Order: sequence, then C-alpha cells, then structure tokens
Amino acid sequence: MQPLQKSYLALSDISKSFVGIPVLRNVNFDVRSGEVHALLGENGAGKSTLIKIMSGLFTPDSGIISVETKETRFTSTADAMRRGITTVYQELLLFPELSVAENILLGHSPRHAWGGIDWRGVHARARDLLDQLDSTDLDVSIKVRELSVAQRQRVEIAKALSYNARVLIMDEPTASLAQGDVRRLMSIVKNLRSRGVGIIYVSHRMPEIFALADRVTVLRDGQIIGTEPAHAVNEARLVTMMVGRPIETVFPKSEPIFGETTLEVHNLSSGSLVKDVSFSLRRGEILGVAGLVGSGRTELAHALFGLAPATAGTIDLKGTRVTIRTPSQARDLGIAYVPEDRGLQGLIKSMSVRENLSMAAFERNSKGIFIRFSYEKKRARNLIRRFNIKAKAGPNQPVGRLSGGNQQKVVLAKWLETNPEVLILDEPTRGIDVGAKAEIHRMIDELAKKGMSIILISSELPEVLGMSDRVLIMNNGRCTAIIDRENATPERIGAAMTVSQKAEAA
Amino acid sequence: MTATTDDTQAAPLPGKGNAFIRYAYRSYGQELTILCAILIMFVSVGLYSPRFLSFDNLNSIFAGNAYIAVAAIGMSMLIITGQIDVSVGALIGVLATISGTLAVSGYPVWLAWLMPVVIGMAINAVVGILVAYGRIPSIIATLGMLSVLKGGLVSVTGGAWISNLPPDFLLAQRVMLGVPFPILAMIVLTVFASVWLKYSALGRSLYAIGGNREAALAAGIRIQRRIVMVFTIHGAFAGLATILFATQLQVIQSTVPPNLELTIITAAVIGGVSVLGGTGTVIGSTLAAILFATIGSALIFTNVSAYWLRAVIGLLILITVLADMMRRRKVWG
Repeated sequence: MQPLQKSYLALSDISKSFVGIPVLRNVNFDVRSGEVHALLGENGAGKSTLIKIMSGLFTPDSGIISVETKETRFTSTADAMRRGITTVYQELLLFPELSVAENILLGHSPRHAWGGIDWRGVHARARDLLDQLDSTDLDVSIKVRELSVAQRQRVEIAKALSYNARVLIMDEPTASLAQGDVRRLMSIVKNLRSRGVGIIYVSHRMPEIFALADRVTVLRDGQIIGTEPAHAVNEARLVTMMVGRPIETVFPKSEPIFGETTLEVHNLSSGSLVKDVSFSLRRGEILGVAGLVGSGRTELAHALFGLAPATAGTIDLKGTRVTIRTPSQARDLGIAYVPEDRGLQGLIKSMSVRENLSMAAFERNSKGIFIRFSYEKKRARNLIRRFNIKAKAGPNQPVGRLSGGNQQKVVLAKWLETNPEVLILDEPTRGIDVGAKAEIHRMIDELAKKGMSIILISSELPEVLGMSDRVLIMNNGRCTAIIDRENATPERIGAAMTVSQKAEAA
Repeated sequence: MTATTDDTQAAPLPGKGNAFIRYAYRSYGQELTILCAILIMFVSVGLYSPRFLSFDNLNSIFAGNAYIAVAAIGMSMLIITGQIDVSVGALIGVLATISGTLAVSGYPVWLAWLMPVVIGMAINAVVGILVAYGRIPSIIATLGMLSVLKGGLVSVTGGAWISNLPPDFLLAQRVMLGVPFPILAMIVLTVFASVWLKYSALGRSLYAIGGNREAALAAGIRIQRRIVMVFTIHGAFAGLATILFATQLQVIQSTVPPNLELTIITAAVIGGVSVLGGTGTVIGSTLAAILFATIGSALIFTNVSAYWLRAVIGLLILITVLADMMRRRKVWG
C-alpha cells in the first residue's frame, strides 16, 4: 500500500445509460500504479460496462476520465492502449491459428527498415515478454490453438505488456482456471504489481481477493457501494455490500396458505451443471432460488422444463412420476417457464402482442386447424387489461415496441394462458423499471395466493428474501442449503452461495 | 427510439390517409408496392407497344411463368420458417423427367401427374429430417441434394429431351372455366396457401420458428416436426410446379431453365419474405414471380437485351433486402 501515491487512471462521476436504462450512476473509481484494486459486484451490477469505459470501448454519458491527473477521453480501445490501459477479457481474444509470438505482437511487430516484419525480432520480443511472466516453458512458435486456457491467458497478459501496460484490467481471470494455474496467475499478478503496473482485478472469489488486493471496490446496481482497503474488510462484509442491500421496497408478500405437494424433485442432475438437486414444492408456495451466476440456477430450470433434459434423478408431479424431454411435454404437464432472457427465449419480436400472447396456448385459441381470430383478440385484450400492459396500439402492436417491463408482462401473461400448476420465473424483474417490478411482484404474490406453485430464480437477494417462503441456494451445480423464510438472512444466503468456492480456491 | 417506459406508441406512418390505407400499408406494403409496379409496367409498356397487352402475350407472361409462382409458394414457407432450399430447380428437372417418362411409357396420365408430387414430398421429407434431426444447416443439406439430383439427372438422361408426349398429358395447355389452367392453379394455390399460413395454428408456428427459434421452442412448439413438415409441403409445391412446367410444351427438356432455384428464391424474397425468417406472405411471392415475367417480356417488347432481366432482378433483391433490414431495426426495436 502506498496511500499517498497518485492515481494513474481515475474516473469521476461517470454515468452511462443504455436505451434510457441507467447502467452506471456517478461512479468514482481509480487505480494507482503498483496496486491491485479488486472490483466486485453481482452480474448486472455494471462491472463490464465500467471495464469497457476504462478500456475505451464505450464513451461515458457524463463524467471525467483522467490519466496521470490529466483529463482525457478515449476515442477507441487502441487509444486507451496507447495510454497504457489494456484489458484481458474473460473470453480470451486470441487467434487460434496464429503462433504465440504472432498473437502477442499482432499489429505492432518489430519491422525491418524496408517495412517487412522482422520475424527474428518478433520471436525475441515475445520470448522476452513471456520470460518476464516466468513463462520460460511456453514456446513462442507454436499455434495458440494448442495451448491450454491458462497458457492462453499468459499470452494475453504478454500481449498487454507488449503495449507497455501501466494499467491492466483483468476480467474474472480465474473463472476457468484449474487450481495450480490459479496460483501461478496470482504470482504473475504480484510480479506485475511489484513492477509498478496497476491492476484492476474483477472476481467473485473471495480468497483470491484477500490474497491479492490492496483495495476493494464494490459495485451494485450501477453505483459504487464503497471502496475500502482490503485489510479493513472481511468476507461477510463484502458479501453484504455486494448483495445485501437493506430491503427498502416493501414486498407484497401475503401470508402463504400451503396446499398439497405439487412437485417433488429427487437427485436431479443435468450434465455437469446441475448435480443431485432435491426439493419439493407445495401449492401456494414460492420457492426462491439464489446463487451466483454459473451456479446452475438456470440450468435447473431448463432441466425441469425440458430445454436441457435431466440426465439423472426423478421428477414427480402431483404424485405421478414424469419424464420431461421437451418444452412441449412440460407445458402439457402444467409447467410454465418465464425465461431469463426475454429477447432470446421469451418473445418473437416479428410478431404482435396478440400473437405472442397466444403462442403457448394455440389449442384453446384454435378450432380445427384454424385459429379463432376474434377469440384470440378478445383474450389478448383481456390480458392486456389484466396485466396492465401498456400497448397503446392495442393487441396488434409489434411486441418489440413495448418497454422492457411491458415485454416481460407479455411473456408472463403468455404462460399464464396455459393455466400452469408450476410456474418457473427466471430473473423475472431483470432490467425493468421499478414500477413494473413492483407490479410483477404483486402478480407473483397473487398467483401464489390462488394456489400456484412458484419457483423464483433471482440474482437480487432482496427479491428472493422478500418474495419467497423458502430459499434454495445453488452453488457449483449443487444445492448447498434450503432455508425457511424466518431464518433467511443475506449473510446466511451469501455464505451458502460462496462456501464451497472458498474451499476450492484455498 | 428512446426506450423510456412509456414509449409504447406505434411508429408514425408516412402520409395521412385513413385508417384502412394505413393498415393496408403496414400489413401489405410490399405486396401493394409490387402490384403497383406490375400495373405501371403494363400501362407504360402497353402505351409504347399495344401488342404487349394482347391475349397471347399476357397468356405467355402469366401461364408460362405460373410454375415459378407455385414453386415460390413452397419456398416462401421454407424461408418464413428460417430454412432455404437451393436444390428446387434440379428437383423440378428430375420430377419433370420422371413425369414425362411415365407419360410416354403409356402409364395413365393421372399417375404421371401424381408422381412428381409424391416423389417431391418424399425427397424433401428426407431433406427435412436431415435438417431437423441431423442438425445439418438447410443450405448445406440442399446444396448436397442439388448435386445428387443434378448429377443423377444428367447421368440417367444424358441430356436427352422427352418428346412425343401424349396430348391429354399436356395439362398446362388446357383452359378451365375460361382461364388457362396454369393461371387458375396459381391463383387457387396462392389463395389456399395464404389462408393456411395466416389462419392456421400450424402456419402461425412456422412464422414463430422463423421469428425466434429459441422462443418458439420454449413456447412448446415442436420445432423438428414442423421443419420436416414444411420441407414436405415445399416438396409438394415443387411437384405441383413440375406439372405446370412439364405439361406446357410438346417436349420436356431435362435441363430446366438455368438458375431456376435462384429465380424462385428471389421471387420469395422480393415478395417480402424476410431472408432472416419470420415474415412474408405467399401473395407477395406470387406477385413477384409475375413481376419478373412482366419485366422479362417488357424488355423484349422494348428491344432491350433480355440479359438485363437478371441485372434488374438483382437490383430489386438488394433494394428489398435493404428495406427489410431497415424496417426490422425501426419497427421491432
């Protein structure tokens, strides 16, 4: 720690919106030479947007970027790189068919006086850069295709260094690394820090953060929650900062009236993404599912809905053993799934609101082979009214011209048209405004009151805590805990979300 | 588009016409545009050379090209579903040869008419299965089929023509209800297909699959079955087109017009079927097929080299696809 040192790169009051939705709000962030600054936040908190602003890919709507205390703006990523700011993205951006040396020095290779590439110089320079990363074992002339993920990452870092990086942004660098490789990466990071490179280290993994970081910043909902010296915080505090916002909105949760068990899942597995998950669900119950991104939450839903059929385990619906291999089977059994990404799996944008609303319930809206248009239109009008969908042009409005919240209501209404017994909601309020969010929460509560069994998957812990009767916590494909509403606290859930990752990285 | 929460009104439309005109423009803009283009061609070329509007010429424009319109119906359904078939020209050649061979070998003419439809359905059902269950992209599967059919046809026939067709085989030369048969068939099939596409649950599911395959799957649509179905239907239309093609002259050339598949695909695309799937109508593709025929004939009457036809059609494709891309960005958000 060198607290008196000036920041190399500093952002102040940075804001950024996409299509009217604020993603970053008045963010202040800086990195000094020779420090590791960890950046934490849940998915959707705005980390990637922040990274992209620092690397010159996005321009902020407002706010100031300074490099070495001089106010500046990046016109492109190349511009940011010239100023010494380089990024190693999670999805490594290398050319598999080119050699290690070619990849490292692509675009700024040493040249001969007559303009041709000085291949001997390229190899020598690449060799030198890799040696600085203690990677004397990596051959610069082999193709990147033949390298492991960890080796590719070192190539990326060498590439960054070849631009004389003063700040290196690392986006979840250990997400796909094995244990030994993580340790090696950590020693490389320390080595870079001692050479005066400022490192912005984005990760969820607490042990790495405490082992490496000098300072820690937590981002949530596009705002900085706090920047603290790493020795001044502990894991529980960081988890609370990340997810445990005090429940400021009152969730419309009624006293539940449980009926008989509708769904019983035993030892359900789906490939390597969901392992041995068991739970049961009653009529009128809301089961929240919490977990970090990649913990298997969505995959669990896909297994139940037949989008990625389960590879082991059993599912009983109302006491009957069922096999679900396709979404149409799941639908006919009374399971509905409101997907995580409504643009990708929820809506057909070339169609109208009316057509989207009847997409899952053709049978009822058809007579013989033909669709009953007047009936379909009447039902669409009803749904638009009931769900308060703001479609000014009526049922025939193209669905793509609705706002995010209204699109989500269309997806929800479409599935309620099938009269499901079990409703799976995957991130039902992601990316929609506060008003529509509250409306959707009210609808969820109403549906549960009417006796529907609901599975609510969400990254927002307050939503899970506020709406659920029980909370199932997924971690690395496994269910690590099922906690009752009375005992569910952000700390307990946060702990169950991260527990085994700690064991892994240690 | 600024996506504030209350940005829900429909796009402002050009002009201030009444509600009906606006509805027609929004729903059938492409079809109406092509219809206007056809009428303008008839009027302007007719004024230049009145013989352009003679019965014989009109008959050759409409009846002589009806098979392209019929094949374009099936092609439109495929493209709406997000698929394509580049082998349809070769398929029509094979089916025409089979049909003609049956006719000259003394089989009953109804069998010679029926077999192209049956075999067309069977061949395309196989392609559909390869695409749906074998997960081969349709352009690759049909490219393979193109080689198989074309190679097979040339090897078997040696490029020979089939002549001495029995007179009662020549269905396309008949007149029914005062209308040449191909024109009648084209109109009836277009109407049937467009009603089915617009008003049936199956038709709707084709638009859904082409519009967003993932969402259609998640909505419980059995995508694989629908893909096999649409390929099979397309095969049936290829068979029907074959009947019109094979029975219009006294001879059947085993070499179909070059680039026939491209002409058929182009008719679908210019008719307003989006190359990305999910939108379009068969009325549009039929009108587009008529438009090509009209342009081709007009070039002859105005003494312009017929080679310009391809260039003009090429320009139309670029304009149509560009307009489609712009519309998508504007309307769908």
